[in-house]
Amino acid sequence: MAHRIEIYASVPDTRAQVLKNRILSFQFSDHDVAAVELVDVYTVDKELTAEELEKSASILANPVTQTYSIDDSHLPAQFDWAIEIGFLPGVTDNVGNTAHQSIADLIRRPFTDGEAIYSTQLLYITGTLAQKDIDRIGAALSNPIIQRTQSKTGQQCRDDHGMGTIVPRVTLGKSAKTDIVNVFVTDEELEQIGKNGITDHFDPDGTPVYRGPLALDLPSMKVITDYFSKTEKRQPTDAELETLGQTWSEHCKHTIFAGSLDDIHDGLYKHFIRRATTDVRQNKGKQNFCVSVFTDNSGAIAFDGNYLITDKAETHNSPSALDPFGGAVTGIVGVNRDTIGFGLGAKPIANTYGFCFADPRSKPKLYRGKDKTSPMLSPRRIMEGVVAGVNNGGNCSGIPTPQGFVYFHPNYAGKPLVFVRTVGLIPWHVQGKLSHEKKAEVGDAIVMIGGRVGKDGIHGATFSSEALTSGSPATAVQIGDPITQKKFSDAVVKEARDLGLYHSITDNGAGGLSSSIGEMARDTNGCLVKLDLVPLKYPGLAPWEIWISESQERMSLAVPQDRVDEFISLMHRRDVEATVIGEFTNTGRCIVSYKNQNVVDMDLEFMHFGLPHKTLTSTTTEIRSEQNIIPVCTDFDALFIDMTRRLNVCSSSFISYQYDYVVQGTSALQPLQGRGKVNADASVLRPLLPPLEATPSQPVKGPKTYPPSLQGIALSQALYPTYSELDTYHMAACSIDGAIRNVVAVGADPDRIALMDNFCWCSPEDPARLGQLKRACEACYDYAVAFGTPFISGKDSMYNDFKGFDAISEPIKLSIPPTLLISSLGILPDVTRAVSLDAKMPGDLVYVLGMTRREMGGSEYYAYVGEKEKGTARRGNVVPQVDAASALKLYRTYYEAVNRRLLASGIALGIGGLAVALLKTALGGKLGLSIDLKRMLSRNIEREDYLLFAESASRLLVTVAPQNQAAFEKMFEGQYFARIGEVTAEPELIINGLKGLTIIDIQLAALEKSYFSPLADF
Amino acid sequence: MPAPRVIVLSGYGLNSEEETLQGFLHCGASGEIVHINDLIDGHKKLADYQIMAIPGGFSFGDDTGSGNAYANRMKNHLWDEVKMFMEKEHLVIGICNGAQILANLGLVPALDGKYGERQIALRHNRTARYECRWVDLKITPNHCVWTRGMDHLHVVVSHGEGNLYAEDSVLEQIKAKNLITATYCKADGTPANSEFPFNPNGALEDIAALTDESGRALLIMPHPERAMYWTQLDTWTLEKEQLIRAGKPFLVEADGMKIFRNAVGYFKE
Repeated sequence: MAHRIEIYASVPDTRAQVLKNRILSFQFSDHDVAAVELVDVYTVDKELTAEELEKSASILANPVTQTYSIDDSHLPAQFDWAIEIGFLPGVTDNVGNTAHQSIADLIRRPFTDGEAIYSTQLLYITGTLAQKDIDRIGAALSNPIIQRTQSKTGQQCRDDHGMGTIVPRVTLGKSAKTDIVNVFVTDEELEQIGKNGITDHFDPDGTPVYRGPLALDLPSMKVITDYFSKTEKRQPTDAELETLGQTWSEHCKHTIFAGSLDDIHDGLYKHFIRRATTDVRQNKGKQNFCVSVFTDNSGAIAFDGNYLITDKAETHNSPSALDPFGGAVTGIVGVNRDTIGFGLGAKPIANTYGFCFADPRSKPKLYRGKDKTSPMLSPRRIMEGVVAGVNNGGNCSGIPTPQGFVYFHPNYAGKPLVFVRTVGLIPWHVQGKLSHEKKAEVGDAIVMIGGRVGKDGIHGATFSSEALTSGSPATAVQIGDPITQKKFSDAVVKEARDLGLYHSITDNGAGGLSSSIGEMARDTNGCLVKLDLVPLKYPGLAPWEIWISESQERMSLAVPQDRVDEFISLMHRRDVEATVIGEFTNTGRCIVSYKNQNVVDMDLEFMHFGLPHKTLTSTTTEIRSEQNIIPVCTDFDALFIDMTRRLNVCSSSFISYQYDYVVQGTSALQPLQGRGKVNADASVLRPLLPPLEATPSQPVKGPKTYPPSLQGIALSQALYPTYSELDTYHMAACSIDGAIRNVVAVGADPDRIALMDNFCWCSPEDPARLGQLKRACEACYDYAVAFGTPFISGKDSMYNDFKGFDAISEPIKLSIPPTLLISSLGILPDVTRAVSLDAKMPGDLVYVLGMTRREMGGSEYYAYVGEKEKGTARRGNVVPQVDAASALKLYRTYYEAVNRRLLASGIALGIGGLAVALLKTALGGKLGLSIDLKRMLSRNIEREDYLLFAESASRLLVTVAPQNQAAFEKMFEGQYFARIGEVTAEPELIINGLKGLTIIDIQLAALEKSYFSPLADF
Repeated sequence: MPAPRVIVLSGYGLNSEEETLQGFLHCGASGEIVHINDLIDGHKKLADYQIMAIPGGFSFGDDTGSGNAYANRMKNHLWDEVKMFMEKEHLVIGICNGAQILANLGLVPALDGKYGERQIALRHNRTARYECRWVDLKITPNHCVWTRGMDHLHVVVSHGEGNLYAEDSVLEQIKAKNLITATYCKADGTPANSEFPFNPNGALEDIAALTDESGRALLIMPHPERAMYWTQLDTWTLEKEQLIRAGKPFLVEADGMKIFRNAVGYFKE
């Protein structure tokens, strides 16, 4: 029988108080919530003696603040409702797992298969609430895809003496067998198999139940049929079809970027992205800093003579739409593995994030099913879940998160975008060999490390290659377990790597073992895997499920046979599960067996190169010009305040403060800058702690100076989705320029910047969308080459569409605006030269570098004006355009000024233009500014609002000490720069207009309020 | 006396071991990072060290209460060695998650020499959220070895559970014995008085750090190892401008380093 340990707070519990406030915020009109009590419950599914149980409970409860009960609920004297929330069977339960480990350790007796501890949270609520209110609370506090809720009235709970015991043990009725799939069928049937997946069984009424989409189109299915009929002369197994579905998925093979588009026969990726990098490397000659690009889990550039810096950005959009918390945790922890899986294993040294949401205050009515069934989570739920997920994943992993952004647009309501990125550090050489080169060798053992395999994540790769519809499988989401990963990350990167215990390592991400081992097997041209050896979370998985499961926190390694014992023993000492599951061969075949029967036996060549190339065509869309008569502003103070309140402008410090940005001790420019702590667009890290000059036997006496490794890295990102509907070419150019400019602003060398591209597109079956994509890729080539900034890694996510129904069951399709996120990684030779954005001293001079043009299309200002007029953004016509040659010249001069320490502060002008840069400079420094718009350099602008809010590219705002004025102005001679005002001690922002009148005069206190308050309650 | 030997514990999600060791090495100690399982297996012996540091991190993901599971593992396997270590003239520091582990192990405050008895708790922050913020500490002049000669510290907190709680009787003893070693204060040095964000977690009496009766153990929630070099500070770019204009050289260290220097200096007396 299972035992139930309940832990109660014996002193007021802050979590319960916060929960109560949260419940009160749901606003039950005529009801009230007087008190909320929170109980942590552990359901122990293992036979324990009374003494063992008592000891177990005593180590789970803190005697200073908690009491406990065993198999006997201590009901509060007064309460009206009880709600208990727990995980569904099979969902990762980290708290339960930790309790399991602690108790096994305590009683010195392991848990056997099937024995486990499950955690739940129980709320006792006092208040006059109805069942429907309780249901609402339960629904708001849980997610039905991964959790179950159970509620009782106080009376019922008393009658039953508590909530009762539920053991969410996984029981799988199915037999673990392999099916043969008949693919020698009509095209129509073949197409069905590719789209819906393999038929699992039939419902009693004869309706087929599918296993989940293979996401293989008809041409792909026909190639498969052809291969099996001609080469293998047999039908494929389910495991083989699933393997191909994973390996050939859009997610893994990027079929749209690889396919032939119009006259671009080598595809967008090779023709524009990769070619840009090749050309940049060639142009740079000896100055080339790329070391490993596009071939590994991350890209890498040279940092100094001893180290490489790796970089990778990923998206986790579809899982985050279904389960924002789990999707985001597994997103961030997953991209960490792209670092650990780079070369022989890099150490993760920084995470960054980028979130695109709909306004969390909005309540769009979107349903995946008809008749208001299967509703989309609200923008608020998605935002809160995603933010909390990256918090959990990043913080638990001990990786700083020094940079990130959140961007809002109504069209992200159906599909949020969750960009996560990890930067890594690895020595150039490991055991005398180049660390970025790795190769499995014939005979090497295949070793899987980390978490066990369950049904979670099955069909993740194919799922993200499809639009989000009601058929989306719940198994596509999983809860992350960052500590399991942290354990093996440390064991691999800090120990096994430098002992030379393995030849190769890679991530088990999308497609699970089928992808990782299939990929590594190319090194030796073959593999032999025994699925019976794979450790499972619970029995009953079919072979194909074990092979493609995306259970998280796992990696695969190629370990030479003579190091296997040493490797496994090291992992076990670090409490990391490590199992030999097969070996690499040179048979040319991918062979996977289960109980001595081959369930996959295919040519590796076919597996990797059999996929037919897509042939795509695109069209260009003429954008009709929009009549734009923007009313002339009469109250600039109010306008300025309104703009600072915009979600795309205001502070997102509620996120920054909950992500550890200082762990590892490497921070140099932090996400919140200046005394006023405003959000910065770029951060600086010093990846290597200063070298220790003193040897341990010669202690240092007192503070001393030494020649430290002062080199730093700057991280930033930029995106301009609102420009996309007008012109994706210039959208991409602005994103590239923005990402570069942000790191230049903090002091990065413009000639040592690497980029990454993350395309999040929509409706790729629509030739017009492909046309937009092509134009964006053209700009990627043109501007990466012009700026000399190579792409070192990239990723695309093509299906960011929501297809479902609105509140009156009308079909609705909501597509994201085509979004290109450009991430930048810059090098600073000396972090003490880094420039923060905050004004430093009264009397300093304020300059704008660059030219301001009448380019208002897609601007935040036009969005504001439109929303004020008619509730939706104005689009405008002309988006900002980038002149790379003059921009690069400006950035190089800026860098020279940085090196001569002439700049007291610097900030790139981005969304919201000059106004936002002024706001941040002033609030950051807690100093006033006095600005004269007449001094601005501009083209075709006679309006003050345009001068303030135009988003023209390649501009920066700096402050300069008066004594540096001459030197500074001399450096920029012949380029666009203008001294527009000065920093003042009075805490106010004063702006004089084109007619010489003061148009803006606002106290900083008022700006602080408007800038910090909009998202302060999240 | 030779340089002290430092053991910095690691494993199960502790994550600040490298920079914590760096602080000690920078100040002239020798030492190493040791996975707790290597102590349990007997590959390493606690008795070979004079300073034990339990660094920050997220051991066991804070599941079952921050620091609880790691403390349980130490109790189950290493209690005799830990107790012996405490009885010698050795130093112990627990930073952040390490502080939570010390509290759960009952090593601080260990009133009346009751090592092993949990007397304080570090509860969820009053915001029920992880808080990564720069704070100011007022250092209490007391017998703590680690904070000798210090009066304030600008430092960063980074935790979800730093809300120090003790029963009244325990708190009174802590105060009577002058064990409060640092309290959260405002930038001008006046008490935070429980006001957020100056007191970032709601800790009783604004307590940020505690010592034991011997003064050789320090339980500290903020992270001195993240405020020991000048460029780690949140305010260094402003100070840089001030130094440039005053014609002065830049700094290398920040005040957090003093904690490590005090510890190493203790063994040179």
